[in-house]
Amino acid sequence: MAARTLIQFPATARRGEAIQVRVTIAHGMESGFRPGMDGKPIPRDILRRFTCRYNGETVFGAELSPAIAANPFLSFHLVADQSGTLEFEWQGDRGFAQVERRPLQVA
Amino acid sequence: MSLQRSSRRRLLLQAGAAAAVQVVVRPARAQEAPALATLVAQFAGPQKVRAGRVKLEIAQMVDNGNVVPMRVTVESPMTSADHVSEIAVFNEKNPQRDVARFQLGPRAGKVDVATRIRLATSQQLVALARMNDGTVWSDSVDVIVITAACLETTTAS
Repeated sequence: MAARTLIQFPATARRGEAIQVRVTIAHGMESGFRPGMDGKPIPRDILRRFTCRYNGETVFGAELSPAIAANPFLSFHLVADQSGTLEFEWQGDRGFAQVERRPLQVA
Repeated sequence: MSLQRSSRRRLLLQAGAAAAVQVVVRPARAQEAPALATLVAQFAGPQKVRAGRVKLEIAQMVDNGNVVPMRVTVESPMTSADHVSEIAVFNEKNPQRDVARFQLGPRAGKVDVATRIRLATSQQLVALARMNDGTVWSDSVDVIVITAACLETTTAS
């Protein structure tokens, strides 16, 4: 089942404008350092990689670690130069992979 | 009244015992992870790490180490001739030194990256930015953490 995501950026952008993109995904980011009820550490289960592509081209990438808070939030910028598709991809432990796509309107 | 007081005392004792266990455990973990300076040097490679251009914004006093907003900005025109190519954030005293790495390019337009992190204890954080010409710039902040992340036991049954 897909994790819930929250993706926010301006509905329309002027050509050449650097727009702010904010993404959040529902994920526990289990650090692997937390003891469980039996006293043994709960195995690590984190998102390791985030990629944002703009019309197929990678414009922002992030490598995450157990030091990233649960429900990872990322904010970054990109220059809107033409209308197209923004693609957001998360990859993580235990084969986690999710891709979300959103249209971007450039006036 | 006396009952309440004794149970509170017992709670405090238990909390104290838990804290003592953590104190014993933490140095062992710290030894496994390399020092902050080692990772900074590794990231910089042959380059000298210069202070400036990078700004690491994080609260100096943090109530809850589980969710700490953090922001990195870098002064750069972000053109194809002059831009930031990579940012790394390292911590001093979490179980592992890595916090995050960001890959950017001229298509970012401006360098203003934010996320939310975990801090296990009061410590120093370092942000490093590598420019496309290879130079490395940095900023560091000391953070005081009141409630630590990572160490609490789960309460779910």
